[in-house]
Order: sequence, then C-alpha cells, then structure tokens
Amino acid sequence: MEALDSLLHGLTIACQPINLLYALIGVLLGTAVGVLPGIGPALTVALLLPITFKLDPAGSLIMFAGIYYGGMYGGSTTSILINTPGESASMVTALEGNKMAKAGRGGPALATAAIGSFVAGTLATLGIVFLAPWLVNVAVNFGPEDYFALMCVAFVTVSATFGDSPIRGLTSLMIGLALGLVGIDKLTGQARLSFGVPDLLDGIEVTTLAVGLFAVGEALYVASRRHLVEEKLEPVRGSLWMTAADWKRSWKPWIRGTLFGFPIGALPAGGAEIPTFLSYSTERRLAKHPEEFGKGAIEGVAGPEAANNASAAGTLVPLLTLGLPTSATAAMLLAGFQQYGLNPGPLLFAEKPDLVWGLIASLFIANGMLLVLNLPLVGLWVRLLAIPTPWLYAGILVFATMGTIAAKPSVVELSMLAGFGVMGFLMRRFDYPVAPVVVGLILGPVAESQLRRALQISLGDPMVLLQSPMSATLLGIALLALIAPFALKGMSRFKASED
Amino acid sequence: MSTTETRKPDRAGIAIAVFLLAVAAVIAWDSTTLQLAPTYGLGPKMMAYVVAAGMAVIGIANLIMAWQGGFPERESYDPKAIALILGGFAALIAIIAFGGGFIPATAVLFAATAAAFGRKAVHIDLGIGLVLGIVVYLLFDKVLTLSLPAGPLERLM
Repeated sequence: MEALDSLLHGLTIACQPINLLYALIGVLLGTAVGVLPGIGPALTVALLLPITFKLDPAGSLIMFAGIYYGGMYGGSTTSILINTPGESASMVTALEGNKMAKAGRGGPALATAAIGSFVAGTLATLGIVFLAPWLVNVAVNFGPEDYFALMCVAFVTVSATFGDSPIRGLTSLMIGLALGLVGIDKLTGQARLSFGVPDLLDGIEVTTLAVGLFAVGEALYVASRRHLVEEKLEPVRGSLWMTAADWKRSWKPWIRGTLFGFPIGALPAGGAEIPTFLSYSTERRLAKHPEEFGKGAIEGVAGPEAANNASAAGTLVPLLTLGLPTSATAAMLLAGFQQYGLNPGPLLFAEKPDLVWGLIASLFIANGMLLVLNLPLVGLWVRLLAIPTPWLYAGILVFATMGTIAAKPSVVELSMLAGFGVMGFLMRRFDYPVAPVVVGLILGPVAESQLRRALQISLGDPMVLLQSPMSATLLGIALLALIAPFALKGMSRFKASED
Repeated sequence: MSTTETRKPDRAGIAIAVFLLAVAAVIAWDSTTLQLAPTYGLGPKMMAYVVAAGMAVIGIANLIMAWQGGFPERESYDPKAIALILGGFAALIAIIAFGGGFIPATAVLFAATAAAFGRKAVHIDLGIGLVLGIVVYLLFDKVLTLSLPAGPLERLM
C-alpha cells in the first residue's frame, strides 16, 4: 500500500492553504474557460505559462491541473445550454443534453453531467494513484531507444489512428515536427531552419504556437463564418435536481463511461473524443428506452460526461510517468513542467515525490471543489455566456497577445503569433486537426534526442532499436497503428454511424 | 466523402499540397548547410532528412487527395472579418515596434477584433480596450512584476 502512503503524504501538501488557493483559482478559471466558447483548457494553460514562470512550480502545476479538470466540467454546460460545445470532448454531450434543455430538463442534464464528472474524476484519479507507481517501476528500466519507440507510438496514435482522416492528421504532425526542427541543435550547436534570424535560434516557443493556433486561429475562424451560425441559449428551467428515476438511469452510465474513458486516456491513444463516442453508442444500445435517444435521454449525457472526465484523468498517467502528452492540454501541461526545468518521468517520482503526489492529491480536492462550483452555482456560470461575442473574442485576443508580449515583445515573435493564427484558421477551414501540431513541436525534439542518444550508446548501430524487446514491440505497435486506419476504413464508418 | 471520384480537382487543396512540398524542399536544402556531426551516431541532418521525406510523402498524399476531390466542402467566409483582425495585429505590432507602448496597442487590437465580429461602435470599443489595457498593465507591472513594453502612456503610471 505504498501508493496510499504516498497519496496521504500528497494530501498533506495539497491541503496547505496556498495550494488550496491555487487549486481553487485553477478550477474557477477552468470552469469559466470550459463554459466560454472559443477558449479551452489547452489555450488557458498556454496563456498562463509566460506569466507564471516566477511562481511556485507545485502551486502553478496544481492550478494547471485544476484548469484541465475544470474545463471538462464547464464544457458540458455550454453543450447542454447552447448546443455549441466549448471543447471537442463535449460534442457528444450536446446531442442529448441540448434536447433535454429544450424539453425543460436542463437542470437534471446539468446535474447528471456534474455528478457524473465527479464520480468519474474521482474513480479515475484513484486509477492514477495505483497505475502511476506501477508504470514508473516499468519505465525505470527504459533506455533511450524505448523512449524513442514510445514516442513513435504517441505520434501515430495522436495523429493518424483515431482522427477522421489519417492523411490530414499526419500532415498536422509533420508540420509540428518541422517546426520542432527550428533552432540550434543541442548536440552540435548548429542552427537549423533559422535563416539567419536571431529570434529563431532558440526554436519556436510552444506557447506562441499554441496561442496562435488555438486563440488567434479560432477567433479568425469564428469571425469569418459569423454570418452562418445562430446561437440560442436555453434558459435553465424547472428543478435543478435529479429525480430518483434520473439517478437510477444515470449511475450505470457513469461507471461505464469511466471504464471507457480512463483506459483510453491512459493508453497513449490521444483525445477524449473516442471514449465519449464509445460511451454514447454503448448507452444507446443498452438503454431500456432507446427511442428516447435523439430526443433527450439522460443516459446519453451521463455516460459521455463521465467518459470525458475519466479520460482527462487518464491522460495524466502517461504524462506524469513517461513524459508523454497525448492531448493538447496534456502537451501544454508538459510545457508547464519544462518551464520549471522539471521532466515528468520515473525520475520525477523519485526526486520530487512531494510535487508529484501533491499534484495527484490536489486532483481529488479539485474534483470536490468542481462539484460544488458546478451544481449549486451553475446559474452564475451561465451568465458568462451573456458576454457579447465581439467583446469575448476581442478580450481573448488581447489576453492571447499579452502573454507573448510579456515573454518576448519582438516583431518576429508577434508576427509568428499572427502567422500561426492564419495557419490555425486554414487548418480549421480545411479540416486538419490542430493538436498533432502542438504534440509534434513538443515531442519531436525529445524523440530526436532520445534516438541520437540511443545510437551514440550503440556506437551508431541502428539495430539497437530492435534488440530491446520493449522498443521492438512498441515500434511494431506504432507500425500497426499507422497501417490500421488505411487497411480498415472501419473507424470512419463507426464515426458516421453516430450522426 | 466516399464518392470522391465525381468531384473536380480542388485548387485550394492543390495549393496546400504544393506548399507542403515546398516546405519539404526548404528543409532538405537547409540541412545541406549543416556540416558538423558527432563521431558516433547521427548528426542534426538525420531528423531534418526524416522530416523532409515525411513532408514530401504527405505532400504527395495531399496532392492525390486534392486531385480526387477528397477535401471537405468549405462554407462561404467573410474576408472582411479576417482582414480586420489581421489589420489589428499589424497595428499592434507597429505600435509596439515604434515604442507606442502596450496599452494603445491593446486598445487597437480590441477594437479591430470587436469590429470583425460586427460591432459598429468603434469609439466605445477603443475605450473598453484602453481600460482593459490599463488594468492588464497595472496587474503585470505591479503584481506579477513582469515588464510590458512601455510607451508615453505607460510611463505616466
């Protein structure tokens, strides 16, 4: 029960007043950005990175994790009340949730989403407590070739396997990897793709890329097609509380959603969308009244909401134990660790147990705070949606540029921000996924240095990649995951059947 | 998107594919400038070649996709909104580059974005942007002790 001891120790750290305050700020910000359209947890962490580097690492990371969890709660509110999901993981929630709101059952829909998120978040965080130490013990024996192979798996699964189009996903990944090349090579001191511009020698800032893609790109996209969409906010009518029948219909989908979400999040499979889709189709198949689906079935809100929270928790497992981000927000959290010179992985568990376990313990606290914030106070959050869209996006852009201006107020950096914004706009317009670009930029240089380290140790013999059983297996998985979507076009059929 | 054969080649899609191929060529060309390599293992060229090759393959795949009409249909868009936001960015960069300071730059970006989203009251939006800029500046300067570019207005505070 070593894990429980570590957790109890972590709780004493998480319960220090200053860390409770950081967690509270995190969940408040997270819920707010989850509720607001056009701004999600990944962007929020990206915006906060340049202004938190002087703060305490443990506190900032607790705050970032709170934002991640909070974003998952807040996203459901927007999905249910205006049918425009705040983030992609809440897309499925909108299917039934918005119908429930239109039928005057918005209250129970919000309640089952919030309680389901709490149940799933708590169970999945317990999952982290027991899975992480085990994975750390495995990862301790990893050589550089194994890490390289692991990153290959992440590259493929994040970009190709689970997207709509593997070619578009891989295009995004290659753009990210190309951006990762820019700057001075650490081993030989030579500059790549810098074209003599001094600003580029340090490489492309992750925050500039993320803020450009997510904030500027999204603002351009929404502004350009403003004339096409009309949003309508459903007022929360009737009782906020769930009836006995609602509880009875909700608890099994919560558990099943958690069981979908956590493992898929914990595997380097990327994204919370898959488990929410899986959960939705399962609930529809198992429901006693399948005819209610499409008209506002509570199971279709309870299951996917549990699934997206559980998968958010799940992605923290590879992030903390292996340094492997599998979602855009996880990638920004990794950038957060790196900004303090911390590298998630087995070493971090050994060297900074206070920080790691304090962070994990604070997730339980954040979950509890979020339940309180979202259930009785949901009316307050809904008022955020009354901010006129022009001011909302103007404000988002001001905050987006603020971080870059504070970190590096150069013409080159700001032009890059605008350039990445245009790129984000075009990617949305032509339906390329955005997350693989960020993952490619962050993981590309890490994968390269692991590979070069492996080949230095083996005196240049590339067979080292296949001689380690772990690395050979992982490379095999990566190859399979790359071929699978081309071989069987089943994934797209599966997605189409959800409409 | 299954009956793609019936659709015409997609010009925008072809432009994207050509751009990707051009990037691949630039990466390959740039890697020829790298002369140093460690005694054992791989030099910095390796990753550049891998990315250039991958980018070339992906560029060709996109070209085929565009040729077969595999790109998604695009909805109409409003170029004026894009121009307004990017114009706001250009103004922000110019104001900061010429020492105008953070607050006026922020106000201009705020008003330009709001206009892109259909607001007509430019004066009010400039005012809101100005107040927002002042609040952010004070927060950064006094609370977080991070410096933002200062112009004449900021030096008064």
